[in-house]
Amino acid sequence: MLRLEALGKRFGTTIAVDGLSLEVPQGEFLSLLGPSGCGKTTTLRMIAGFETPTTGRILLGDRDVTRLSPQRRGMGMVFQNYALFPHLDVFENVAFGLKAQGVSGQELRSRVADSLARVDLAGYEKRAVQAMSGGQQQRIALARALAPEPPLLLLDEPLSNLDAALRERTRDELRILLKRIGITAIFVTHDQEEAFALSDRIAVLKGGELQQLGSPETLYRTPVNAFVASFVGRANFLQGRIVARDGDHGTVEVGPGARWQVRLHEQESDTVRVMVRPEALRLHPARADLAGDDGLPGRVLDRRFAGATTVYRLEIADERELLVTIPGHTDAHEGDVLVTAEQNPPLHAFAE
Amino acid sequence: MIRRPTPAAALAGVVILLLFWFVLYPNLFVLADSFREGADWTVENYRRFAASRSEREALWNSVWISLASVFFSGLIGIPLAFLFSRYEFPGRSIMGGLVALPVLLPPLVGVIAFLFLWGESGFIARIVQGALGLDRPPWRLTGPWAILLVHAYTMYVYFFLFTTAGLARLERGYSEAAAALGASRLTTFRRVTLPMLGPALAGAALLVFMTSMGSFSAPYVFGGGFRVLSTQIFVSKLNGDLEIAAVETVILAAVSIVFLILLQRYEAGREYTGAGKGAGGATVRLIQGRLSTIILATAAWGLTAFLLLPHATVLLVSFVPEGTWTTQLFPPTYSGENYVSLFSDSETLTPIVNSLQMATIATVANVALAFAVAYLLVRRRFRGRAVLGALVILPWALPGTVLAIALATTFSVNQPLAGRFLLVGTFAILPLAYFIRNIPLVTRAAMTSFQQFDPALEEASASLGASWATTMRRIALPLVIPGLAAGALLAFVTSLGEFVASILLYTHRTRPISMAILSELRAFDFGSAAAYGVFLIVLMALVFLFGYRRVSDGAGI
Repeated sequence: MLRLEALGKRFGTTIAVDGLSLEVPQGEFLSLLGPSGCGKTTTLRMIAGFETPTTGRILLGDRDVTRLSPQRRGMGMVFQNYALFPHLDVFENVAFGLKAQGVSGQELRSRVADSLARVDLAGYEKRAVQAMSGGQQQRIALARALAPEPPLLLLDEPLSNLDAALRERTRDELRILLKRIGITAIFVTHDQEEAFALSDRIAVLKGGELQQLGSPETLYRTPVNAFVASFVGRANFLQGRIVARDGDHGTVEVGPGARWQVRLHEQESDTVRVMVRPEALRLHPARADLAGDDGLPGRVLDRRFAGATTVYRLEIADERELLVTIPGHTDAHEGDVLVTAEQNPPLHAFAE
Repeated sequence: MIRRPTPAAALAGVVILLLFWFVLYPNLFVLADSFREGADWTVENYRRFAASRSEREALWNSVWISLASVFFSGLIGIPLAFLFSRYEFPGRSIMGGLVALPVLLPPLVGVIAFLFLWGESGFIARIVQGALGLDRPPWRLTGPWAILLVHAYTMYVYFFLFTTAGLARLERGYSEAAAALGASRLTTFRRVTLPMLGPALAGAALLVFMTSMGSFSAPYVFGGGFRVLSTQIFVSKLNGDLEIAAVETVILAAVSIVFLILLQRYEAGREYTGAGKGAGGATVRLIQGRLSTIILATAAWGLTAFLLLPHATVLLVSFVPEGTWTTQLFPPTYSGENYVSLFSDSETLTPIVNSLQMATIATVANVALAFAVAYLLVRRRFRGRAVLGALVILPWALPGTVLAIALATTFSVNQPLAGRFLLVGTFAILPLAYFIRNIPLVTRAAMTSFQQFDPALEEASASLGASWATTMRRIALPLVIPGLAAGALLAFVTSLGEFVASILLYTHRTRPISMAILSELRAFDFGSAAAYGVFLIVLMALVFLFGYRRVSDGAGI
């Protein structure tokens, strides 16, 4: 439906986006996720037509829209601060795109009413946009973008202007509403949780380059590099030395006597960083008699009860710290402990 | 790859061309003239300038008068700003507004107000003369001290406004931090407040210096035999020594441009004072004790009354029928006949109609240009952007005399191929001059408006399928209008009372209000001159009231 081919953007000497290729099928929700400066907003703005790519092509269906001005692309866009026209009322805001298409009279009125009804704001036509709450403004922005029935909806950090309590609810409502319409949507966000909640697939960007494209689960379980691993979800990294190899799998010693099974992502050197999610770690009493020899000695620094889980902060050798979450109903650990890791599927090991 | 030029690119081309033609080109002409004698290129004119004692004296006078103006303006403006920013007393907010009133005096009107007030036959002189029983006026208002008096009175406002703004930006936290660290109030003032105000004071000083260098009406009316560059240009032009007039113009423009560049630097560096935001400005100290309150309030009220005297004077004199006020302390009879004749006699009404027409034309052109330029400068990145930015502030650096000479030189012949048309002596030349003089003012107002609203609004409009023209018309224009209107109104009243360029370019048929005031003065019909003045002051005051509201409304968007 939307295809980016080796898309690149350079501002002077800085490369904002570098050879980005991806495809978004009809009806999919895709998030562009990354830290600030990763090129996600620039990519969105190129898709919308506000920036002209330096290299590459943008295809909407079979149509090359790379050089088309924004007003000819007909993509719906929800801006970060909504960009509602302050001098126009709710009706005029939502009608704006329809009027540009030449819709008028009774049809205009009924389509604006439908658009507002869809976002639960029926009857708000004559209100001043500034008199509306943040959440309502967000929905007006959505209604305005959707009214001309665009083939694609672009959302730039759509939830960042809402306070935390409202954000979670709005997020779910947004997903349900957009899925019901069946539109293709691209979100830009720096918030991994938001990306997880909203999207079918996520493109993780860093320094203008695509790091990994996949479903939230894929990114979480099989990150292709340390950046994706650390950006998507919480991750512990342990220094280790490869002691045995078997193709792209191997055994890594992460501490005296602690040997863990890993998937090797970089195989040149013998020292690697092993990524382990907090919930993949297990805690045992210090003098526990473990069947294998994979226990890593540590000491509990503090413990925080978080409902379903308990979060432990541990100190292991060389004053490094580990984060461990274990189901909240198990016994509390204190003082010296042994740490083991769930190794099936194997852990991921990346280059230093 | 060849791309069709976008509407914005075409607009940039047109605007740059226009500005180049009207702003830069005439000045280049004067520059060329200054290096020419007949058809030959030469530096002879500059040698003549340097060799002439009176020319050197005029240059030196301009410089020292300007430095002294900075000193005296600061002396009044800075303490006044502290008084109004830091102390609470009855009537403080009203007074604070009134203190800025001298800006509400069109240049020539300010000068005649001083004439009636401090001049040898003005109120003060008559009172002193009467009190001391002198048979002659105790002083004559002429020469450098007279000029300085007018300058200090009108230009302290820059220091007052800049210092007030600087103090407002100074967060309370800084002085409180200093106090918490054990600094005394004097130390805090010396080590914290003053250094942080530095940029604001420097800005005001540069502005006053520039304004004084270009000041024409005060030296023209009060100078006597005292020469300064701006009046010297006028004299050379009248004497027909166009080469020397060109040299003088170039030198005056050069000095002004140097100071404009310095001022721009200051504006770029000003950011750091405004770095802090949030928690309110400087502490307003409540004066304890009845006596100090009374002293402070009396001082402030007295000072303000003193500053309002010129306005009151013009108002009073405007009600004096011609020829009734001779030797009495105060005018013996008052009537509204000056106003009646102002609006009924076609001879006296013509200048008002002329000025209204010419100011309207100039302002409409200003608004159109300012909208386009502000859009380009704030919203677009393009080659030539820096050039455009420089072209729109250039008129600000060029004193009215310089501009008038440049226009008079360039548009005195018909050479369409060289971009020269015969405009001197026609109706078009004054609106053109007003237009050029107000380009920086209106452009700045429009730019501020553009900066105040989110560019995403225009993008939202485009993403909804609106064409560039529709976006401009339905989104940008309505949002920019409030600020632009304020700037336009200010430009309109400025044009209405414009004097400096007018005196060099007007013809009898197109004479503006300022020329009518001047000729009434020469005919000793002070009442009519003052009535014109009151007309201008009232319009200006209305615009400030209206404009201020619009600007604050606009900021709310």
